[in-house]
Amino acid sequence: MSQAPATEAGAGIPPPHYDRPRPPQELVGLEEVWRLPKGWRVLSAINNSVVGYLYIGAAFLFFLLAGILGLLIRTQLAVPGNGFLSQDTYNQIFTMHGTVMMFLFAVPAVEALGVLLLPQMLGARDLPFPRLGAFAFWAYFVGGLVFFATLFFDLAPSGGWFMYPPLTGTAFSPGMGADFWLLGIGFIEISAIAGAIEIIVGVLRTRAPGMTLDRMPIFAWTMLVFAAMIVFAFPAVILATMMLEVERAFGWPFFITAKGGDPLLWQHLFWFFGHPEVYIIFLPAAGMVSMIVPAMAQTELVGHRLIVVALIATGFFSFGLWVHHMFTTGIPMVSLGFFSAASMAVAVPSGIQMFAWIGTIAAGRLRFATPSLFVLGFIAIFTIGGLSGVMVAMVPFDWQVHDTYFVVAHFHYVLVGGMVFPLFAAFYYWAPAFSSRPLSERLGRWVFVLMFLGFNLAFFPLHIAGLLGMPRRVYTYPDGLGWEPYNLASSAGAYVFAAGILLFVLDLFRNLRPGGPPAGNVWQAGTLEWLPTGNYSVRSVPHVEGRYPLWDRPDLPREVVEGAHYLPRSATGVRETIVTSAVEGEAQFLMRLPAPGWSHVVAAIAMAAFFLLLVAKAVTLALVCGVLSIAAMVAWMWRSDPPDAGAVEVAPGVIVPTYVSGPASPAWWAMVVLMLVAAALYLSYVFSYLFLWTVSPQVWPPLSRLPDAAWTWAAFGCLSASALALAAGDRVLRRAGPPILLAALVTFGLLALVGAIALDVRAMSAAGIAPTRDAFGAVTFMAPLLQGQVTAAVVVIGLFALARLAAGRLTAERRVVFDTLRLLWLYALGQGALGLALTHGFPHLAGAGG
Amino acid sequence: MTFARVRSVPLPMAPPGALALGFVLSGCAGPQSMLAPAGAEATDVFHLSLVLFAGAGLILAWVVVTLALALFGPPGVRAVLSSRRAVLVAGLGVPLVVLTLLLVVGLMMMRERTLWPEDGPRIAVVGEQWWWRVTYLAPDGQRIAGANEIRIPVGETVTLALDASDVIHSFWVPSLGGKRDMVPGRTNHLRIRAEREGRYRGQCAEYCGGAHAFMALEIIAMAPDAYRAWLMAAAEPPAPPSEALAIEGQKYFLSTGCGACHAISGTPATGLIGPDLTRVGARRQIGSAMLDTSPETLARFIADAPAHKPGTLMPAFPMLAREEIDAMAAYLWSLR
Repeated sequence: MSQAPATEAGAGIPPPHYDRPRPPQELVGLEEVWRLPKGWRVLSAINNSVVGYLYIGAAFLFFLLAGILGLLIRTQLAVPGNGFLSQDTYNQIFTMHGTVMMFLFAVPAVEALGVLLLPQMLGARDLPFPRLGAFAFWAYFVGGLVFFATLFFDLAPSGGWFMYPPLTGTAFSPGMGADFWLLGIGFIEISAIAGAIEIIVGVLRTRAPGMTLDRMPIFAWTMLVFAAMIVFAFPAVILATMMLEVERAFGWPFFITAKGGDPLLWQHLFWFFGHPEVYIIFLPAAGMVSMIVPAMAQTELVGHRLIVVALIATGFFSFGLWVHHMFTTGIPMVSLGFFSAASMAVAVPSGIQMFAWIGTIAAGRLRFATPSLFVLGFIAIFTIGGLSGVMVAMVPFDWQVHDTYFVVAHFHYVLVGGMVFPLFAAFYYWAPAFSSRPLSERLGRWVFVLMFLGFNLAFFPLHIAGLLGMPRRVYTYPDGLGWEPYNLASSAGAYVFAAGILLFVLDLFRNLRPGGPPAGNVWQAGTLEWLPTGNYSVRSVPHVEGRYPLWDRPDLPREVVEGAHYLPRSATGVRETIVTSAVEGEAQFLMRLPAPGWSHVVAAIAMAAFFLLLVAKAVTLALVCGVLSIAAMVAWMWRSDPPDAGAVEVAPGVIVPTYVSGPASPAWWAMVVLMLVAAALYLSYVFSYLFLWTVSPQVWPPLSRLPDAAWTWAAFGCLSASALALAAGDRVLRRAGPPILLAALVTFGLLALVGAIALDVRAMSAAGIAPTRDAFGAVTFMAPLLQGQVTAAVVVIGLFALARLAAGRLTAERRVVFDTLRLLWLYALGQGALGLALTHGFPHLAGAGG
Repeated sequence: MTFARVRSVPLPMAPPGALALGFVLSGCAGPQSMLAPAGAEATDVFHLSLVLFAGAGLILAWVVVTLALALFGPPGVRAVLSSRRAVLVAGLGVPLVVLTLLLVVGLMMMRERTLWPEDGPRIAVVGEQWWWRVTYLAPDGQRIAGANEIRIPVGETVTLALDASDVIHSFWVPSLGGKRDMVPGRTNHLRIRAEREGRYRGQCAEYCGGAHAFMALEIIAMAPDAYRAWLMAAAEPPAPPSEALAIEGQKYFLSTGCGACHAISGTPATGLIGPDLTRVGARRQIGSAMLDTSPETLARFIADAPAHKPGTLMPAFPMLAREEIDAMAAYLWSLR
């Protein structure tokens, strides 16, 4: 083996190259380990290319379904006093239209594109946790279908996609619809978080060697920011849905004013998620545009670093704007001013991106193919949406147009312009990378023209309807208010838009041909996803030396196919991908990946059944499904964490280990992200506790009725004992001490962790505090409930670790399972201590002050 | 519908393009339009809107022209556009300046409203599924009940105390000003000041379930003297019915149990669940501004309220004879 001569592109050390031709058995071996299951068994596949396809297909299906609901809405509103839909049906339909578009289309579609594109774009063989990605898909798809089907049984929720209590409490929504929303959507959010964890670790740790953060494509940046935003935003709404469901099922009055609750708490939590959600959807779409524009203009993106800064700034600002959805709720003027300023500030990073794209177009020569048309349409529509967004950020203007059709028009301009048009650009742009035939340019132009004209006709007039006084979410309206022409035009436009979509579906049927060898780099683009691929992704992983490797080295595709670069074979005889350092992209570790199987499919379907059967109050059956789901997960995890296979060569002179533990391991990173999710959820809880106290201090008990401090200290004692047991267990494992001692310590520590919760509940009950009596009781008992949730996870992983210890699969060296357990355990200890301090300590301060 | 059409007069400060736009838009404005302002706040926001729309039009034109230059412009222009400096100036500098200006204007307008003199009456409005409970607080402390129609004096700052009894509603009469949510357990205050006499339609702006679409109201702005005279008269119980049919109707009204839900001052009917009917014959519309009041519409609503407002607590009365319903309608029509 010798190294190829250095190229101009690679300054400094030349990248390692293998001699060619490579032995033919290398490619045979690669194809063998990455082979897809045959026939219908392909559903057990976990390759990102297959799961990504299914994922985007499912998201598109929900787009069509929710789009049909939109057409029904526009049909009903075409003329005043229309009797096409009944009041109740309409209320269900508009609730489902919003909910399905946001939760079942927009977020999953973006996540799906990430799953489909990221590994190839980053030069990885697959995402780091392919089964987790496949699990997330199946959970979403099955849960989503059942959720949508509630419409056909008149069981769909009708409280609006924002589900404001008290309307959605049992008093005003006694049916099952609200429960389907709360449990169904809560479940799908869990799937979105699973996907986000996978994307964060994938982007940070599985890039091609040499791909520093500065060389990383903008789309990967946007997916990183997207996933990080999900991690911090989704927990707020998960907590809110938990509290509302607990209120509905068990009568804990979080949102009932008569018992000290407050409906505005829901709005704060919902919009703390809901506003970032808009950028969660928009940023990846902007990332797609940042990939498409340079390729179509054949020049590098202008202001690459400015765009990265803009993306991060958007993600950051978007968490400071949620109150602009609540300008009319009677919030103090000072807060209004602050949130108005923040709402305007968030427009600035979008301005930077907009002019960077225009600058890139100016720097090159834009090829007027269908993807470019959709990008130009996006720029026009999104600019209008941004301008009306600045208007509604002005508080006095918002007081008028809030909850009117002006706002409906505004956010359709932002979401359809900012997300759907880039998505269609992406469909036309990336189809040749995944289909043996590109989509039709001739049909594509028509699709664009119909969608662009139809969209503007459908939504521009609604601005005016809103200014003329038409409120949102009305199932009909009287004539004589001047709204008729705008509504009729809008309905006509909706059908033109739908015709465009229909034509696109036709194009898909005629030209999308997955499975075969892809049509390839028809746009002469410069990024890695355009390298020739098979089921194994790229034949060999190139060393990346710039932002546009294919432009830097025109010979790269040939070299890659010939196996000149990293990992031209399976080094360990199983699926594997190179793990690199997070910032500099240096090869560090060869991660072995799992093979196809059914356990994650079973786990996902059983978990969906668990949540949905709970809604139907079939508790026994639900529990059976829950246990089945956990059993399937254990079966799936049992084969993970394979033993050390020694160091292997991934390129000439580059030898990496096949087993690492601690922070070097992707599993450690995934667990850290999960801890951030749990912490965000708990901070939302702390916020809720303090919020309810500021609203209703009168339901907080006097000092004399607080729990006995002895119980509190006993609970703290349990947590300390648990911590000591964990530390001692860690020492025993590190020094390869007797497994029986380790098992005893883990068992004792877990029992102590559970004991702390029992003592907490006992202390509160002994003091006569009950969760159903008032908001204080409810929010106090929420702490052990949340702690119980985390503790249950620690106990399951702990038992799993004990089983592996017994089977000899957990040792001083092979310890990733224990590391993972330890991280979550430490988190549970911290959360438990914070919870005790808050629920046992804070009332003393409050009582003493009041 | 025959509503008093209110024409707006744009301030001279608005740019000419905005003036033209304003005329075009207000020309097609109905009785529930923020483009036909008749209140102090609504007028300010209307002028602000014209500036915003004109500014947005200019910015959109600027972006489109820049994009066209990037696509088809001469090489020199395109080189300038593709520089980092151009991205910073156009994408960062310009928005910062424009947005800062807008923020200052917005904050000043918010402050402005807090400076109005508190010289007008106080009226409590409670949002209910799907109607408005109105209580006038007379200067002598008397509480005068009404529903779905609010009378106010022109030129005075009226303070509305807004609350909700069940779910969240939102009070909004666009011609007079912005909306304010009605949240159970919280009382929000909204100040409005009508500049001219007229009738201004409003509608619940927060989705409140079921018949949200049918939760409208009307504000009638009257000359201050007329308002006070009306309020004094409204404080007294209505005259007993004089026509035979109406007398008959009152009998049915009381014997069928209507009084369990509805109150009519000066009679045994004291129910508080539904709207107060003391002066229902004088209200221009019934069913929360759904139907113009007449003996016919009153009869239709009594016979089958759910047909007009699906989900309402008021049941249909198929057991009542046609004559009984007509007599009750005549009685209610007489309550003025």
